[in-house]
This record gives sequence, C-alpha cells and structure tokens, in this order.
Amino acid sequence: MPRLRRAGVGVTALVETKGLSVRYGGATALDRVDFRIDRGEIVTIVGPNGSGKSTLLRALLGGVRPSAGSICRAPDLRIGYVPQRLVLDPTLPLTVTRFLSLSRRVTRGAARAALETAGVPGTGSRQMSQLSGGQFQRVMLARAILETPDLLILDEATAGLDQPGSAAFYRRIEEVRAETGCAVLMVSHDLHVVMSASDRVVCLNGHVCCEGAPDVVAEAPVYRALFGEGTQGALALYRHRHDHRHDGRDTPHSHDGHTHGRGRPHDHGQGDQGQDDHGQAHRDDGPDGGVPAAAISSATRDGEGAPRSGDPDGCRRVAAAGKVS
Amino acid sequence: MLDDFMVRATLAGVGTVLAAAPLGCFVVWRRMAYFGDATAHAAILGIALSLALSLPIFAGALVVSLVMATIVALLSGRGYAMDTLLGVMAHSALAFGLVAVSFLTNIRIDLMAYLFGDILAVSRADLGVIWGGAAMVLGLVAWRWSALLTSTLNPDLARAAGIDPKREQLVLTLALAIVVAVAIKVVGVLLITAMLIVPAAAARPFSRTPEAMAVIATIAAAGAACGGLWTSYRFDTPTGPTIVCIIAVLFCLSAMVSGLRSSFTARSEG
Repeated sequence: MPRLRRAGVGVTALVETKGLSVRYGGATALDRVDFRIDRGEIVTIVGPNGSGKSTLLRALLGGVRPSAGSICRAPDLRIGYVPQRLVLDPTLPLTVTRFLSLSRRVTRGAARAALETAGVPGTGSRQMSQLSGGQFQRVMLARAILETPDLLILDEATAGLDQPGSAAFYRRIEEVRAETGCAVLMVSHDLHVVMSASDRVVCLNGHVCCEGAPDVVAEAPVYRALFGEGTQGALALYRHRHDHRHDGRDTPHSHDGHTHGRGRPHDHGQGDQGQDDHGQAHRDDGPDGGVPAAAISSATRDGEGAPRSGDPDGCRRVAAAGKVS
Repeated sequence: MLDDFMVRATLAGVGTVLAAAPLGCFVVWRRMAYFGDATAHAAILGIALSLALSLPIFAGALVVSLVMATIVALLSGRGYAMDTLLGVMAHSALAFGLVAVSFLTNIRIDLMAYLFGDILAVSRADLGVIWGGAAMVLGLVAWRWSALLTSTLNPDLARAAGIDPKREQLVLTLALAIVVAVAIKVVGVLLITAMLIVPAAAARPFSRTPEAMAVIATIAAAGAACGGLWTSYRFDTPTGPTIVCIIAVLFCLSAMVSGLRSSFTARSEG
C-alpha cells in the first residue's frame, strides 16, 4: 500500500512500529499495526473500547512484548508519560513536590515554576491524595514536562475532567508543544477536542482502520461506522453516503443514504432498521450516486466499492492519504 | 565489648531492623505482606536442608527463600489470585519445612529457636552475617530507591522513564530473601513479616514523603528492638516476640494519635 505520508526525507521517527501484532492468550489485541510519530507532531489514537489503544501505548513504552513485527525507538528517546490514572496506595505518602522529582531530581524553584505553569500554583506541599481530579492530572502533566521529553504520551489523560477542564488541558498541551517542540501522542475519547488539537488522527480497531488529518478521518466511513454520526455535526451530509455496510449488520449507519446529493438535513425517523438500511445501501451502490466524494481519498472509494462481508468489524485500511497536505 | 551477650543481641537487633524497616515500606506500599510470609516460611525448609547437608543456616535459608520468591513471582498472574497463591505457598512451605526437620533424627535442633528467633545466642560470626546482609540490603534499596519508587507507583510510568519494573521486582525479591535469612536468628521465621510491616505501618501517619516514612520506620523499629531486649531481660520473656510486641504497641499508639489528630482536624474545620 503506498504511503504518501512525509516520504521520510530527513525526518526520523521518534517511534515507529512495523507490522506490530500483540496477542494476549488467544486473543489478538493488535494486528499488524504500522505506526509512526515524528518530532513535533501531535497524533491522537481513537478507537472504541477494547480496540487496542492502550495496548499500543504500552507496546510503545516497552511494556508489552510484540508477538510479531517490530518497534523502533529513536536512540536516547525521552518519554514523558501521563497515565490514565494513578492509583496511589493510601499507605504511600507523597507530596506534590516529591512526585515531581520522581525519576529525575528537580529543584524546589523548578518544581514551583512547573506547578505555576500547569495552573496549579501553591500545591507543592500538599499530598497527592488530597488533590482533585483536575489538579492531579495537571500535576502529572507538569511532571511529564519536567522530564523535558521528546515525546509526550497521554493515555486518556482527561478522563476525569469536565468539558472546560479538558479543553484547558488540551490547550496547555498545545502550548507545551509550541514551547518545547516535543511530539505528543494521545489516546482519547474526547473526539471533538481531539480532532481540533491533532495534526493527525489514527483510528484503531485492532488494526489501523484509517489515519490522516482530523477532518479526513472524521469523514472516513470506517471512522463513522465506529463512532456513529453524532461526533461531527459540522460535516456536509452528502458525505454520509459512504456510511453503509454491506453485510447487513446493524451498525450505526446509513439512513442518510437518502440525502445524498442534496446536502440537506433530513430526518428519517424510523428508517433506522437494519433491513431497511440494507436495501438502501445497495441502491446507493450504483455506479454513480451522483455524489461528489469530497475529501475522501480514492483509496477510500475503491474500498467502498467492494462488499466485504468477511470483515468482522467493518473496518479496513484507508490509505494514509490524509497526510499529503 | 562484644563479649557481653546483651551487646551482641542489641547489635543484632539493630542490624536486622536497619535492613527490614526501609524494605518493609516497599512491602507495605506494594501490598506484598503475604509475599514476605511465603519467603520467610520457606526458610524453614532451607534450615532443614542446611542442617542435613551441614551447610551454614544462612546460606540454606537464603537459597530456599530466593527460590520460593522466584516461584511465586513466576506463578503470579497465571490464573490464581495472588493471595490464594501465596497462602498455598506460604503454608505448604512451612509444613514441608517442619516435616523435613523431623527427619533429622541424628541432629538435635531447637525448632523454637528457628521459629521465634534466639537473639540472645547470637555469636560474633552471626553478627558479621547480620550486618553484612543488612549492609547489602540497605545498599541495594538505597541504590535502586528512585527506580523502585517509580515502579511501585505505576509500571508504565517506570517504563517511560527507562526503568524496567520487572528488574526492580527482582531487586525487591532478592532483598527480601536476604532480610529473611538475616532475621531468622533475631525474630525467627514466623515473625519476620512483622519486622517488615509493622514499623512501616506505624510510621505512615507521621510521614509526608516516602523517604520520611522509611527513616521514621527505621528509628521506631530500632527503638523497639532495644526496648524489646530490655523488657525481655527485665521480665524474662522470649526476646523475639517481645520485640514484635513493642513494635505492635508503637503501631497502636501511632494509630491512636493519627485518629485523634484527624478527628481534631475535622472538628476545627466543621
């Protein structure tokens, strides 16, 4: 499959996987994943529960042994990691300042400055266990930044935060990237925020379903099949025509088939049933729906043309055309 | 000076405590109390083997404890809950050890001395072993402190910082086996876990950082070792158990103080 993404001239990947597969017992968590992140990039991995997002992160950190494929890290790569949550055993006393010095000693002044920048000034002498969820995440981010990482990895770092809180958190991450030039790799459920904050989005469901610039991925049918339609309200409706599957399963999809070409919102009420959609879908498959495929890459369209009843999750590769820009 | 058995006993007690208390903090933080038990109980089997083969007790106990700790570490995460696994291992090791000891008909051994320690009978050679072992454990824990702490907090956090959590687990396992081998003479295999856990638990309410907790635990345990020796001398009680009793009393006091303090804080805030 042709890869158009930054043809590798002068760019060395910070981390790169090739054909990475991970199996837990008999179950395949990751299946031939090719992934790379370059210096200064903000990349987000999205995917439903159990799609292997966390497994991929842990593999990149070195905590999971691949059953096939390779993981290649840049030499002397410094990683700053913000875990999804940190379970502090109540028997372990830990002040915020001490936590900031966890794996690398920092001076009191540096710690104070880091807390100020992170938006949690004056918390240095408090116990980690006394912090609120938002403060805790900010402190973890501050610690990760103090490591002066080349690559900042955030695993659902805003899981416990409310909307404004996580928006502020992501703004802070963009600032950090601007200040330090580090690459940022995030796993997230906050699709709206993530989409606006990332350079590139990788949609994962055991394998890489599609990847590319946020708006391209958001329009990709495989992405929409996984996340439904409600996630990108601003999209032109005629692009929804790709939103169907050919195996008759009741995945979110499809009543938008009617609207194509007209681009007007159109409520189908009860048209939401599998059978109905199925029929509808085939009609759409005609040689020409009369519909501009807009930003969807040709690879996507090719993929759409052929029924894929064998594909269990409705996912398939979309060429990484999104990164051409 | 070392001719006085009380001086030797005091030195033995303090030496053991120096190794056990800081390590005990990690045992508490990582919830490895039962792990300590399994390792300690396996030492009885080691003692029986060393007596049968005329090897030094210390060596036999160390080797069997290490083997036990490694087996437990390998078996964990393979279908059994950790506490079930450790419960099985700890008590079967003890039972096998006791049975093995009973085969040694031609050697008269004082089983009680191994089960509960015999600190008053510590020789100069024992002292050398105890302080040598303690120095090794202290050195190991101090050297790996930061890495151990990071992997205790979160294994992925450790990996991101270039630390291998499995290696740190191995360091702890090794240190634990050494402490067990060292402490047999002092408190015996049945009470070693107490020397690890109780001082750390008593130190918790007064600590704001991990380092403070380790230091406070060590001081408390050293005080308890000396106090226990004196009490046992004064009231003619078994020394090892008396030391543990003193630490337990310290723990109760600490828990009471922390309870009072938090209810006071609650009242002044409410």
